[in-house]
Amino acid sequence: MKNEWPLWEVFIRSQHGLAHRHVGSLHAPDATMAINNARDVYTRRNEGTSIWVVKSVDITASHPDDKAELFDPAQSKVYRHPTFFPMPDDVKGL
Amino acid sequence: MYAQMVDTGTPSAAAVDAQEARFQQRIDDGIRIEAQDWMPERYRRTLIRQISQHAHSEIVGQLPEGNWITRAPSLKRKAILLAKVQDEAGHGLYLYSAAETLGISRDQMVDDLHAGRAKYSSIFNYPTLTWADVGAIGWLVDGSAIMNQIPLCRCSYGPYARAMIRVCKEEAFHMRQGYDLMLALARGTPAQQAMAQDALNRWWWPSLMMFGPPDGDSVHSAQSQAWKIKLFTNDELRQKMVDQTVPQAEYLGLTVPDPDLKWNAERGHYDFGAIDWEEFYNVVKGNGPCNRERLETRRRAWDDGEWFREALVAHAGKAAARATAKAA
Amino acid sequence: MAGSARLEYLLRLGDNALILSQRLGEWCGKGPALEEDMALTNTALDLLGQARLWLSLAAEEAGDGADEDTLAYLRDDRAFRNLLLVEQPNGGYADTLVRQFLFDAWASLALRQLLGSSDAAIAAIAEKAIKEVSYHLRRSSDLVVRLGDGTARSRALLQAALDTLWPYHHELFTGDAVDAEMLARGIGFDPASLRDAWLSYVRDVLAEATLTVPSAGGWAPKGGKQGLHSEHLGKLLAEMQVLPRSHPGARW
Repeated sequence: MKNEWPLWEVFIRSQHGLAHRHVGSLHAPDATMAINNARDVYTRRNEGTSIWVVKSVDITASHPDDKAELFDPAQSKVYRHPTFFPMPDDVKGL
Repeated sequence: MYAQMVDTGTPSAAAVDAQEARFQQRIDDGIRIEAQDWMPERYRRTLIRQISQHAHSEIVGQLPEGNWITRAPSLKRKAILLAKVQDEAGHGLYLYSAAETLGISRDQMVDDLHAGRAKYSSIFNYPTLTWADVGAIGWLVDGSAIMNQIPLCRCSYGPYARAMIRVCKEEAFHMRQGYDLMLALARGTPAQQAMAQDALNRWWWPSLMMFGPPDGDSVHSAQSQAWKIKLFTNDELRQKMVDQTVPQAEYLGLTVPDPDLKWNAERGHYDFGAIDWEEFYNVVKGNGPCNRERLETRRRAWDDGEWFREALVAHAGKAAARATAKAA
Repeated sequence: MAGSARLEYLLRLGDNALILSQRLGEWCGKGPALEEDMALTNTALDLLGQARLWLSLAAEEAGDGADEDTLAYLRDDRAFRNLLLVEQPNGGYADTLVRQFLFDAWASLALRQLLGSSDAAIAAIAEKAIKEVSYHLRRSSDLVVRLGDGTARSRALLQAALDTLWPYHHELFTGDAVDAEMLARGIGFDPASLRDAWLSYVRDVLAEATLTVPSAGGWAPKGGKQGLHSEHLGKLLAEMQVLPRSHPGARW
């Protein structure tokens, strides 16, 4: 097992544009081959226009135990959302 | 199913501590479990076994159909079959990746398969004797697989559910190409029709066995259902498969090889004959027609490829070292 | 199958892609790594797609109810027009890879010539195929470099494969009357004119891979383009054609 190819996370930007999205992972000996393999594994059905690969070990993730303090405070900021403000029906362009 | 003999161990009420209760609550609330979340060790191990069995089934499952790639009778069918068997490799890859999030390496899983410690679906230990078998596999085997896999897109473990979504999207093509192939045979010469009937005769019962032992004998499925990594029982899925497939067979003008098969208006389902579970357990134990051959083929492919995998790692190491030396 | 020079030419293009694809299909499910298996199958699928385009065009030229399948499945080996290189057995993965590399380097040059063909149908197929083959060449060159440089074992396997397959490269650059006619009509190219560019590209890649270019001269098998094949092709076809041959007239 000492020679196992490292694991990479694959991000693809789809035909329809917008941001790269995580689509899955694969193994490859280095970054160049990870891109090639990603092309052969994850874009077989015309899914992509751009590929990013990142070594899985290089990803830093938030800790699940921090979920409450990281994300709950945003729940009370309802005024950040446009629907918070009722607008008169006969005023247009808002 | 593709993971039909997963032993989940016996859940003991006393062992369920507060943490595990919170974990179960999350599952009951429909919140996905992710790789970094706390999970009971039994959940982790059961998932590793279930997902890796599923992955192994995809990989070994390439072989029976791969047997016909070089003999596909038209260039169109050859292209479809190549793409399909390649998809199975992809499915294996997605599933191994999902299992890897649980802290086991792909090489370890492959080693478990080759050493006979891991199982794969019994269905792939039957031989593909004629071209019609390729159609029967797509229609019946992939049809059964989809039935099991669609619910798994909603299973409790996030990486597994996401892999299944990808698999299901691709799997619909597999079942259709199988039925399309059978349709061409059914509309073909008498020899082709006979070939189609013969394939149905041989694949029907193994396809029903794919769902695993009857619920009464499947003592561990209660825990898996509570964990939402198994969403329907074996018998529920099997019944669904029979109900769906019988009219499809009729449309093809083929006869399902079961004299006891009969529509039961009261139940709103087909009744069907007894399954030969002795045959099933025998195949699971390694005594099916092709168990030895399938494993040997996989082992040989792996061993023959060792130099390739090793050399690419060696090159990557050398190239990185050269880049560092140049930068210094 | 005595036909026009254009028919001969299309069969050569189609048969190269078909036979190589058939060989690569033998690997499906048995590659050295999951990712590699999928990548090689993509190449097989690309080549099969190209074969279908060339053979469909050849069938139009042949007329008489021919289609891609009658051409693929009902011709005997003497009627096949592929290069000897592509019918060589897969051997180990190193052999398959080196065969692919030598072919890709030639195909990318050949297709580039055909982009400018006066025959619009041929130019159109070349335009689709060149993108695929460019990727094949990038991949096969990259792997040759990596594996040549990798370990002593991988280097030895690649060198052995190269030594075995090298003699077959001569045929890639040997023209005949069909080539001459296609060149004269502005449809095709002179095979010999590709040799220098091919050698220069292949030498560069092999140098980076620390592999030795086999010495010039010696055995130079040819004849595939004219239907004189190695014994390997007959067996390949026996397997490939078995169903249509044993069920005459059946549709699949």
